[in-house]
Amino acid sequence: MPRAATVLRLGALALLIAFLAKPQSFAPLFAPLAQYGAPPIYDQGNLLSLALAQLGTVCLAAAASTLVAVGLGVLVTRPSGAQFLPLSRTLVNIGQTFPPVAVLAVAVPLVGFGEKPTLIALFAYGLLPIFENTLVGLKTVPGAVLEAASGMGMSARQRLLAVELPLAMPLILEGVRLSLVINVGTATIGSTVAAKGLGEVIIAGLLSSNTAFILQGGLVTGLMAILLYDGMAALERRLLRSVALD
Amino acid sequence: MITVEKLTKRYGETTVVDEVSFTVERGSITVIVGTSGSGKSTLLRMINRLIEPSSGRVLLDGRDTRSEPAHLLRRRIGYVIQGHGLFPHRTVAENIATVPRLLGWQEARIEARVRELLTVFSLDPAVYAQALPHQLSGGQQQRVGVARALAAEPVVLLMDEPFGALDPIIRAKAQDDLLDIQGRFGTTVVLVTHDMDEAFRLGDRVAVMSGGKLLQYDRPAELLVHPADPFVSRMTGLAERAMRLLSLITAGEAALPGAAEGPAVAPTATLREVLSELVWSGADAARVVDADGTVRGRLTVAAILARGAP
Ligand SMILES: Nc1ncnc2c1ncn2[C@@H]1O[C@H](COP(=O)(O)OP(=O)(O)O)[C@@H](O)[C@H]1O
Ligand SMILES: [Mg+2]
Repeated sequence: MPRAATVLRLGALALLIAFLAKPQSFAPLFAPLAQYGAPPIYDQGNLLSLALAQLGTVCLAAAASTLVAVGLGVLVTRPSGAQFLPLSRTLVNIGQTFPPVAVLAVAVPLVGFGEKPTLIALFAYGLLPIFENTLVGLKTVPGAVLEAASGMGMSARQRLLAVELPLAMPLILEGVRLSLVINVGTATIGSTVAAKGLGEVIIAGLLSSNTAFILQGGLVTGLMAILLYDGMAALERRLLRSVALD
Repeated sequence: MITVEKLTKRYGETTVVDEVSFTVERGSITVIVGTSGSGKSTLLRMINRLIEPSSGRVLLDGRDTRSEPAHLLRRRIGYVIQGHGLFPHRTVAENIATVPRLLGWQEARIEARVRELLTVFSLDPAVYAQALPHQLSGGQQQRVGVARALAAEPVVLLMDEPFGALDPIIRAKAQDDLLDIQGRFGTTVVLVTHDMDEAFRLGDRVAVMSGGKLLQYDRPAELLVHPADPFVSRMTGLAERAMRLLSLITAGEAALPGAAEGPAVAPTATLREVLSELVWSGADAARVVDADGTVRGRLTVAAILARGAP
């Protein structure tokens, strides 16, 4: 990894931690954006706990999306499940094309306000990249490798676990990473249905015409997305190295 | 011993393998040869049940291969394919250890076996055991593929165009290695190729296939001298060049030192004539005898065929 990029990332991480730990020390920076004596730093809740709550929601939703999308991907690439490919693809695509806001609107009457409707919206929104990457990953395992695995006497299950999934892993992880990053940003809408998160800060800014709040909510979310993306990439590299060697 | 009985595979209306029967003796090499699409791979894959036959059966040492689950059967049968199919995410040692692991061998035994095979295939364990397949040359990958297939001491080794991806020089070396290793482990081998020269070089017996049918199953010399079908003679056209070559060499020139039982031939006879004589009389060797009765040496079928190799 180039040095400059590493320095930049560490800088971003330091900035995020510093801001979440001591937001008030950044007040002078945001003061010009807060008009008519409004507070320059969000003061209706703890930024750190909002950020952590949002991260938690996103990770939980991503875990669920991963489980379902990888499961579906495995199912439709088995001979017995191939018939479900069109159906699965349609469902997953709807999850992505149906706007998350609309999902919230539909979900609230069913499960009430709070974190649950947000989880549902993020779960549906995050399925597509993981599902498609799982499919590509599994379908691009070379035919000769699959034939050798069966020819050696691996059962279908052994072949899946020891050969197909490890070889598809780089693409699956990339799908999870995409899904996570998209959803860190998308998660801010959860605040419209009273889920804890940084959307609260942005909404408060919109309601009181306080650009400083909007910027804070947006910046923290953006930094989290970037760092998550890089963190996942680093994790993938480590994981792949250990898969190759174990 | 492998007994193939009236083995048939149909896909819808088309019959790609049509009532094929033959027997492979223990410790011998049978080569299935034929043009592309003649059903060679399908026939081979029905032996380890990667493809289930439409009818007919395969016996392994007298036991029907359907008497156990397919994946357990395959652990007892080595399988090598063109393009080797090594697991790219596993080291050479792990690749070779695949079947012993599936069979639950002790780690120490697996390790010893992997080292033995690497050494047999002239791959220094210290250098190659921990390498990943993509770090090897094509010839080395192919050798690891064969080593992996032999790891659990299979009774039978099935090979589908195993040397097809190698360039001619490396291929010749790989063929020599196979003969050497087959001799050392006494493995029964069934090998598929579309290369008649390879068939003649490796096969104790050669099965010629066309359009899903087994046209002839015989020793190489028989195929040359008594082709059962015009197609077989066409297939052996290449080998015919070898026969022409043999007509240019006399028994006197090619005679090996030593005496032999078999029929007497004159030193002026061509190798082609001697081969014909041997096949006709069913003898393994001939005596090369001068007009005055002095024995000039002997000639074996193998020695004659070796002279015919291009
Ligand atoms: N799954 C299948 N469905 C229909 N036809 C097949 C299938 N597999 C092979 N065939 C046909 O069977 C014939 C023999 O194939 P194969 O055994 O691979 O030939 P070879 O190995 O001699 O080239 C070919 O014509 C091929 O198109
Ligand atoms: Mg073939």
